[in-house]
Amino acid sequence: MAQVSSISNEQTSPTSKLITLRISRFNPEHDESSGFMEFSVSYEKWTTVLEAILDVKKHHDHSVGVRYSCRQATCGSCGMIINGKPRLACFTKISELNSDVVTVEPMNNFPIIRDLAVKFEKLFDTHQKIKPYLIRDDTEIESNEKEFLQSPEEVEQYIQFANCIKCGLCNSACPTMATDSSFVGPQALAQAYRYVADSRDKGKDSRLKIIDDSHGIWRCHFAGSCSQVCPKGVDPAMGIQLLRGYMLGFRS
Amino acid sequence: MRESTIMKIHYGTALAAVALVAVHILMRLTQGFAESLEYENVLANYKFIPYAAMLELILILLSVHGFNGLRVILLELKQGRIYEKAVSYGCLAAMIGLIAYGSRTIIMTNMGMV
Repeated sequence: MAQVSSISNEQTSPTSKLITLRISRFNPEHDESSGFMEFSVSYEKWTTVLEAILDVKKHHDHSVGVRYSCRQATCGSCGMIINGKPRLACFTKISELNSDVVTVEPMNNFPIIRDLAVKFEKLFDTHQKIKPYLIRDDTEIESNEKEFLQSPEEVEQYIQFANCIKCGLCNSACPTMATDSSFVGPQALAQAYRYVADSRDKGKDSRLKIIDDSHGIWRCHFAGSCSQVCPKGVDPAMGIQLLRGYMLGFRS
Repeated sequence: MRESTIMKIHYGTALAAVALVAVHILMRLTQGFAESLEYENVLANYKFIPYAAMLELILILLSVHGFNGLRVILLELKQGRIYEKAVSYGCLAAMIGLIAYGSRTIIMTNMGMV
């Protein structure tokens, strides 16, 4: 399937450079195995990998399958493997990769829809499974207070985990997810910690019960890859270890 | 049994086994290595009840820890309801079998049947 194509240079500036963009192509409906198509793309120092892929779609092959939306690392749609590492395409500048060849592949540990787009159903299912919302008997409307106040220290306990954008990069990097298809995954476990550590939440016991499964929190081997690839600075590996503290009775 | 209870046992048996195996190695150092493996000395170890009890405890701790570790590895290799049940009960049976066989050896030797 390898093919080399050159993008029209009509819009390139004198400062632009060229890279070879290798895009993984696979359509599970009629392909037996994946292959790569190569394109020669010009880029500036601010050009992101997503912009290069969209350049390919615009000027050469519009059939390249890629999911994207916000282009500012907020929606979590454009996760992919870029030069062997899970990253957000909109958040990765080509100039930062220090390579003349940029290879983009779909994320590991996810079923492929087509080319670079993967199915997120399991990620959303496991996220939903851990009850990602505050559980309490009372509500703000019924309470005498207008809001549930928290001290800065209480917010500090969980706030970094609230930055998760559900991009799936942590699940893609997780070695346990690669072998254990039933593993709940670092994304859901980090979110479980986010709500368990929230002083307003009263659903700790029910959440801990959900993740206390043969394919739950205990299958994490603390490789730490999830924390290394997170584009939002969340540390799921730490969240999992802190969550284990609750399970083992070191934290309450 | 809940997975957290199993894993508490897993970690506990590991810590206890490290401590008892250290005692076991220290006791072997009281005589030369070749000498400690001589038939009469091995029999004497088993006949010394506190030491035989410690060996029995080490056998139980390592069997529980080892077979649970094997169960965890096998559960990560493949998934499926029937497979997971087979792995869990298979490891439990193997653990009981090994403990029974090892205990038989210790008890028979202790009672002078060997």
